[in-house]
Amino acid sequence: MLYFIEQCLNGVQLGMLLFLLAAGLTLIFGIMDLVNLAHGSLYMIGAYFAATFAALTGSFVVGLVLALLATLVVGMALEVIAMRRLYGRDHLDHVLGTFGLILFFNELVRLLWGPAGMTLPLTTQMLTAVEVLPGVYYPLYRVVIIVSTLVVALLLYLLVMRTRLGMLIRAGASNREMVGALGINIKLLFTLVFGLGAALAGFAGMMQAPILTVQIGMGENILILAFVVIIIGGIGSIRGAFVAAIIVGLIDTVGRAFLPDLLRLFLSTNAASSAGPAISSMLIYMAMAAILVVRPEGLFPAAGR
Amino acid sequence: MITRLRPRDALIAVVLAIMAMVPVYSSLTGNYFLMSLFTRISILAIAAVSLNLIMGFGGMVSFGHAAYLGIGGYAVGILAKEGINSGLLQWPLALAASALFALAVGALSLRTRGVYFIMITLAFAQMIYYVAIGLDRYGGDDGMTIYRRSQFGLIDLSNKTAFYYLCLVLLLMVAYLIWRIVNSRFGMVIQGARSNDRRMRAIGYPTYRYKLVCFVIAGTLCGLAGVLLANHTDFINPAMMQWTRSGDLIVMAVLGGMGTVLGPVLGALALLLLEEALSGLTEYWQIIIGPLFLLVVLFARGGIDGLLVGMRHG
Repeated sequence: MLYFIEQCLNGVQLGMLLFLLAAGLTLIFGIMDLVNLAHGSLYMIGAYFAATFAALTGSFVVGLVLALLATLVVGMALEVIAMRRLYGRDHLDHVLGTFGLILFFNELVRLLWGPAGMTLPLTTQMLTAVEVLPGVYYPLYRVVIIVSTLVVALLLYLLVMRTRLGMLIRAGASNREMVGALGINIKLLFTLVFGLGAALAGFAGMMQAPILTVQIGMGENILILAFVVIIIGGIGSIRGAFVAAIIVGLIDTVGRAFLPDLLRLFLSTNAASSAGPAISSMLIYMAMAAILVVRPEGLFPAAGR
Repeated sequence: MITRLRPRDALIAVVLAIMAMVPVYSSLTGNYFLMSLFTRISILAIAAVSLNLIMGFGGMVSFGHAAYLGIGGYAVGILAKEGINSGLLQWPLALAASALFALAVGALSLRTRGVYFIMITLAFAQMIYYVAIGLDRYGGDDGMTIYRRSQFGLIDLSNKTAFYYLCLVLLLMVAYLIWRIVNSRFGMVIQGARSNDRRMRAIGYPTYRYKLVCFVIAGTLCGLAGVLLANHTDFINPAMMQWTRSGDLIVMAVLGGMGTVLGPVLGALALLLLEEALSGLTEYWQIIIGPLFLLVVLFARGGIDGLLVGMRHG
């Protein structure tokens, strides 16, 4: 039972990270109608920045803040230089162009930081387990991830729903031309939204950096998971992304932890241990397929799209 | 009307003539690397041509087409590992497996449109990729060597020249088949559904079924490319169906010109030769080719074909 709760917490933690990525993707898609495959590259760059700045300054928090700003700047520069020219084009053009950008960023990172990858060490205090529920101990850093991503999600909600900028973002999502006609600098708005999405992706990469190795291509597998989240949640819906991210995180983590044991009940030990990993990695895709059969537009389809 | 030889047709004719002469050149100069490269080009051209059937003519942008390369290849590899080497058994089974997977993926993803379709095909291809990694018995992450190529009695696939010509002939046959499909009534329905799906349904065509059949045909043909690829490299690993490979296939199709049957052949040739040239130039060749894709999208949307057509008008 304790193991189950721990795995659920791991699932929630993965889900929250997926939400950070999916929120940026869905925001950018909802407002600029842009399919951005290079979103995973921003996640990777965020992690590399965090590892570099933390090593330079000797402080995790300072490194994090600097890395966040740097990722924001990279994102906005990317929008001004490249992405801006892709708006209003065919989705196939987006796929091709941003696919090219992924190759570019992977190679750039290899050129700048070398092929070896980096680690971002944590203080021992962060690694100790704390009692989150009576009798349930969980590593402090993972608690920090869950709490900080929840705070970011809340801030994002407040930004989009309660501020003037958020109002413009929502207006831009429902009718771009009209927002422009009302005298809003739509170009600047788009740059800001793209930067926001980039910062969210970068933040996810930074938080993940101490747990995984920081390496080239780290953004790609999680990007495809983020796509699954968006498909399940409904493209353009942040609320859908939140719910779907938790679902995907839980199914993936809990499935991987328990499915091999479950299979052992029906199959021989040998067959179960060889089929287990293959089948449990299929779980979320099967969940996606099942949801698509019932709701082809996802759980929370964005209105008018 | 006088039919003039268009620049595109002339270029394709020249390219095919050169491809037919490659083994002669190799045997004269002893440069067998070139023949191996062109075998690879022919095989990936089959995959790109098959992708173009659904993408260029059907408007279905599949970002998971490399999955069929993997399924075809793994079918050959798994059967070889289990001691079944007969090509007459391996090849049909590999094609059937590809068709079956295409049927399942197509049935689900064709319920959706646009970006959903792109992402779902990508997601299912990624699923197959992870399944291949999980197959410990067949090499898992590292892949495995195939010790005997498919056995066909008289034809010996281990003969490099014979294998090269087999790939080239199959490429021409696949292209011919797709040309026939595109110009048939069935192909007209597919192209009609691309421009206006609702109108095609309104005049009574069940476009979902038409598109699904088209999707399965493309998947099966790409499975054939996978069979050839496994036989060419004598090796299978999950990387042969990595999502970047799907991206490469899209690039080939777009680069060559999507509205044409043989355009992707030019695209495959251009991309692989470019990769070869750039990787000889610098270790960090992807830093050049990535932005190049972006530039093609921004400034040369019609691909090589578009440039040639522009040449004719200008």
